[in-house]
Amino acid sequence: MALVLAASFIGSFGAVFLKAGSGKLHLGLRYLFFNYRLAAGVALFLGSSYFFVLGVRHGELSVLYPMVSLGYVWTLIWSRLFFGEPVTRNKLAGLSLILLGILLVGLGAH
Amino acid sequence: MSAAITTNQQQDRKAASRRQAIAMMFGCTILGAAGQILIKLGANTLTHTTSPLAMLTNLPVFSGYVLYGLMTVLFVFAIRDEELSILYPVISLTYVWVAGLSAMVFHESLGWLRIAGVATIMAGVGVLGRDGKK
Repeated sequence: MALVLAASFIGSFGAVFLKAGSGKLHLGLRYLFFNYRLAAGVALFLGSSYFFVLGVRHGELSVLYPMVSLGYVWTLIWSRLFFGEPVTRNKLAGLSLILLGILLVGLGAH
Repeated sequence: MSAAITTNQQQDRKAASRRQAIAMMFGCTILGAAGQILIKLGANTLTHTTSPLAMLTNLPVFSGYVLYGLMTVLFVFAIRDEELSILYPVISLTYVWVAGLSAMVFHESLGWLRIAGVATIMAGVGVLGRDGKK
C-alpha cells in the first residue's frame, strides 16, 4: 500500500513538470524533445508506474486502486505551491471527501 | 427568425459535442479499468522480482500500459472542448469498473467499507470537478 501511495506522490510531480513544460511549448517535435521539463514529467510518470506495479504485486486491487486518488490531494498542494492556483472551499470539500474515502477503503483492507 | 434558427443550430451542435465528449470520457473509464486489470494480472506473476525490465517485458503489464496510453490520448480529445465539471464525475466511474472487475477476475470480496470508501472518493472527485471551468 505504501508503494502505491509513493507512486501517486511521484506521479503528481510528473504532472507538475508536464504543466511547467507545457507553458514553454513550441511547435515542432524537435522542441518537444529538448523540452527538459516535459521529459522530466514523462520520466516521473514512468517512475511512478514502476512503483505502482511493485505495489500491486501483493494485495487486492479493489483496495489499492482507490489509493491512487491520493494523487488529487498532492496535485492540489503543488498547484497552490508552484503555480499559485487558488484553494477554494469547493476544492477543500472535494479533497476531504477523497481523503475520507481513502481512509474507509484502507480500513476495509484485510 | 433566422437568428433564432442559428441559435438553435448552435445549441444542437453544442449538445452533440457534449455527448461526444462524455462518450469519449466513458471510453476512457473502460480503457483505464481494463488496463488496470491487465497490470494487476501481470503484477501477480512478478512477485519474485523487482526488475523494471521484467515488468516491461511482461505482456499483460505492457498491454495494460498500452491501454493507458490510448486512454490518455482519448482523454486529451475529450477535455479539449468540454468543461471538466461535466467530465470529472464520468472519469470516476473507473473506480466502479475496477472494483467490479477485481471481484469478478480476482475473486476479491468487496466489503461495505470498500464500497462506501469508493463512493466517497467518487463524490469527492465530483465535487473537485465543480471548480473546473475548462
